[in-house]
Amino acid sequence: MNGVDLPVFHPCSPETASIAHLFLHVLIVCSFILLIVIGMVGYGLIVFRYRPGAADPPPHFGDRRLELIWTIGPILIILWFFALTVRGMRLSDPAANRLPDLVVIGHQWWWEVRYPQTGVVTANEIHIPVGRQWLVRLESADVIHDFWIPALARKIQMIPGVTNQVWLEADAPATYAGECAEYCGAQHSWMRFSVIAESPAAFDRWLREQEKPAAMPAADSIEDGLKIYQTLTCINCHSIRGVSVAANAAPDLTHLASRGILGGGVLANTETNLFRWLKNPQAFKPGCLMPNLKLTDPQLGALTSYFETLQ
Amino acid sequence: MTEIAATLIASETPQAASMSRGLYGWVATVDHKRIGILYLLTTLVFFIMGGVEALLMRIQLARPNNTFLSPDAFDQMFTMHGTTMIFLVVMPTLIGLANYLVPLMIGARDMAFPRLNALSFWLLPCGGLLLHFSLLAGGAPAVGWFSYAPLSESSYATTSGVDYWTLSLLVLGVGSVAASINLIATILTLRAPGLTIRRLPLFVWMMLINSFLIILALPALNAAIVMLFIDRHLGTHFFAPAHGGSAVLWQHFFWTFGHPEVYIMALPAFGIISEVVPVFARRPIFGYEFVAASTVAIALLSFGVWAHHMFAVGLGHPMDLFFAATSMMIAVPTGIKVFAWSATMWGGAIRLTTAMLFAVAFLIQFTIGGLSGITFAVVPIDWQVTGTYYLVAHFHYVLFGGTFFAVFAGIYYWFPKITGRMLSERLGKINFWTALIGFNTAFFVQHFLGLMGMARRVYTYPDLPGWGLLNLISTVGAFLLGASVLILLWNIFASLRHGEPAGDNPWNAWTLEWATTSPPPAQNFDRVPPIRSRRPLWDLAHPENPDPIVGGIAARDGFVLEKNRVGIVSFLITESVFFLMLILAYLFYNSHAMNGPTPTSMLNPQRTGIYTLCLLASSFTIWLAERKLRAGKSSAFRWLLALTILLGTIFIFGQGREYLRIFHEGVQVNSNLFATTFFTLTGFHGLHVCIGIIALLILMALAFAGDFKQGRIEAVKSIGLYWHFVDAVWLVVFSVIYLKLLL
Repeated sequence: MNGVDLPVFHPCSPETASIAHLFLHVLIVCSFILLIVIGMVGYGLIVFRYRPGAADPPPHFGDRRLELIWTIGPILIILWFFALTVRGMRLSDPAANRLPDLVVIGHQWWWEVRYPQTGVVTANEIHIPVGRQWLVRLESADVIHDFWIPALARKIQMIPGVTNQVWLEADAPATYAGECAEYCGAQHSWMRFSVIAESPAAFDRWLREQEKPAAMPAADSIEDGLKIYQTLTCINCHSIRGVSVAANAAPDLTHLASRGILGGGVLANTETNLFRWLKNPQAFKPGCLMPNLKLTDPQLGALTSYFETLQ
Repeated sequence: MTEIAATLIASETPQAASMSRGLYGWVATVDHKRIGILYLLTTLVFFIMGGVEALLMRIQLARPNNTFLSPDAFDQMFTMHGTTMIFLVVMPTLIGLANYLVPLMIGARDMAFPRLNALSFWLLPCGGLLLHFSLLAGGAPAVGWFSYAPLSESSYATTSGVDYWTLSLLVLGVGSVAASINLIATILTLRAPGLTIRRLPLFVWMMLINSFLIILALPALNAAIVMLFIDRHLGTHFFAPAHGGSAVLWQHFFWTFGHPEVYIMALPAFGIISEVVPVFARRPIFGYEFVAASTVAIALLSFGVWAHHMFAVGLGHPMDLFFAATSMMIAVPTGIKVFAWSATMWGGAIRLTTAMLFAVAFLIQFTIGGLSGITFAVVPIDWQVTGTYYLVAHFHYVLFGGTFFAVFAGIYYWFPKITGRMLSERLGKINFWTALIGFNTAFFVQHFLGLMGMARRVYTYPDLPGWGLLNLISTVGAFLLGASVLILLWNIFASLRHGEPAGDNPWNAWTLEWATTSPPPAQNFDRVPPIRSRRPLWDLAHPENPDPIVGGIAARDGFVLEKNRVGIVSFLITESVFFLMLILAYLFYNSHAMNGPTPTSMLNPQRTGIYTLCLLASSFTIWLAERKLRAGKSSAFRWLLALTILLGTIFIFGQGREYLRIFHEGVQVNSNLFATTFFTLTGFHGLHVCIGIIALLILMALAFAGDFKQGRIEAVKSIGLYWHFVDAVWLVVFSVIYLKLLL
């Protein structure tokens, strides 16, 4: 099949690479064991099948030596696996020893992404510089979520009341898919996110852009959109730095137009999709916590135009 | 249903006329054979329901971005599918089979407690109805079968689905525990002469160990769901982190039940395979002792592995490594069994009947599931594949490809005994091949989907390369599997009417159930054959070459147990675990300071101490009462019984006064976690005291009516033991809660 990707076996970080090697190693041993069992059963079925007229064979009750072999053999194998496990845990999940570079907070059904050193806040999209081992702190605002980027990092739960940490780094610049891996309610399926790894220079540029507050509307038509944001209640849930940072119940929109996906991955972020999403989010992500505000098409047009300026 | 019943009744021997005829006979039955059949028919209905739920989900998942099921409908579907298959299908099917077979296999007339047996059965349709009633009451639960908190708390799970889930599991749990107590008492006390423990058929041995697993594991679930129910309805915060509760504690409590639960679903299947493979290979099981001992090892270890379901929680490497070690260890006894079954086939004369075909498929499929399980024990691998379709593939391989294929083998093996007719081998082969191809098509590809990044419990997925195709293949396999079940049903219906008469022992098997007619008469056996080894019928058929005598010439074990004593002790074991969980919760939540009421501010240890002395005195009085009854002094017995009740009532009165005083001071159950755990622990204890008082009142009424002669002392001893237990629990509870304040 073309383009089929098994990210668990296509690791793009040192941590997941160590897991992939370990996995391959273990799978080979397990396949070997499976072949032994298939062999024993297959051989038995063929060689010892009933031949018509044969009497019951003389009873045989066991062989202590054989039983000890297949007790001690597996014990040795698991001792080996245990040693591999100790080493593998150390390689893929070394101890955390400093302040986090990134804080991600799980919400039903979106990801709040915060860069503590610069105060940048965004949603559903994480940018990191290539080749740097970053420490991510994970929290939850409501129920248990699970932060998983198969190609880059181990899975780790985000539990309300608990703080967890995970290392995040990428070997090469690319966009990596992430998702929630613990059922968290109706729209668990569309709680996806992207991790965009870029060169340190490109990352710095991105970060500096993100630090800026929202662009002020240059034209009246755009100003209408800002007014709708403030009056038709978007402002109660969504923050836009430079306009209002009171709300935290929904993704930060300061640089909405710079992001690649909408709605936790249910739509690509284009002007048309944004219009359609704002018209009726429930049509795309039924059960999500953004109500259908029943805006008219002209209102939606103004709002979309305004949001498109939030690069 | 009536037609099946009619056919079954018609095929029973004339002696069965003593059992009531018609539908009433089935509803009112206390006969283990009928109860076993009722279990199997009921689980069949739930199996079809659970299967339909699965197929509906597979239709939704067959294409990306599908809109066949809404997200909420899908979420209810997977919750109901898991809950139904585990609690309404697999567990009761295995218990139902055990119900039918165990008394026969040990040469007994019936189970130890026939009326309790009937109760256990009827709790199954009741619990199932309760669970499904949620559909009419706002929606089925949609939190997954393990209902993680705080998603299952009332602020997130807003319909009453979770409440019905909780209540139905409590009802079903009582049924499972009661059935297990019955099996333990039956197997330990009702074996035919000569059938020592070491000569037990492996199916019976595994059901014995399994029953201990059930009585030890179910109370952990009960404690957890009771705490969740209290959270949802009394505004407490056991599992609500926003108010000091712990979401992780839910996981610990649940999986303390949940892991032994999967072995509860596996051990009886191992027992079935241990019966089927030897018979069709024409050889005794290879290494009986190792297989039997490995079962005990699995049971013990199963309580030490639960946090391997929590490797992604972030418990810390030391904890993770401990559970990785135990999880790897538990693979060893399971491997011993797989090798033993395979080796049994060597040197044999294997007949590939349908039963044997299913058993062979079990061997390979269970090994695949077991090996993928070992990959999970290697913690970093778990960190990638847990919560994905790789996990879904793993547990379906062990539970369906393993346990359910073993059940199919058991059906083809024991159907002749139960009904007197053979299942069609022709239809059986078609059943087998469609099941084999359907099952493996449906689930093998799911390993890949997990490695490709597909999480579990998703109602849809993005249109990434390969995801749609593999999901479609899985759906096609699922429908083929569904078709195989229809073929099985067709086989059963057709064979009930036209199947070849089976005779006593169509398979030339060797255990006692084959030493009577098919189906057996009401009393099971006219005469039990002599038992000196593990294969009494082989010995009978081969007097020139009998099996070596097992355990020497002793015809009985070194111990003799009485069934009421075994019953009550098993019950107290299960209750101990329940209280242990509540005590652990108390210790956990009170291990650090919190705002609001504290033990010092809220409690009066001196007064409670006095009431404690009353309760302890009541233990003394009932012990004395028992002695008087044994000595024939019935008047002293009656008055001591009354005194016991009085002392118990004073204790309850004291507790009540204490509660009222605390309420007056404005403290409620949800004031803080100290109040919550205090009321929960002492409340459940008080409930047990009240139940004990009621039991004692019944005893006293019988005593004053002159009903107690020497022979009835067992009832008094059993209730006495319960009363001592309740007092002992109070000693622990008092020490944990109050003693610190007195010192």
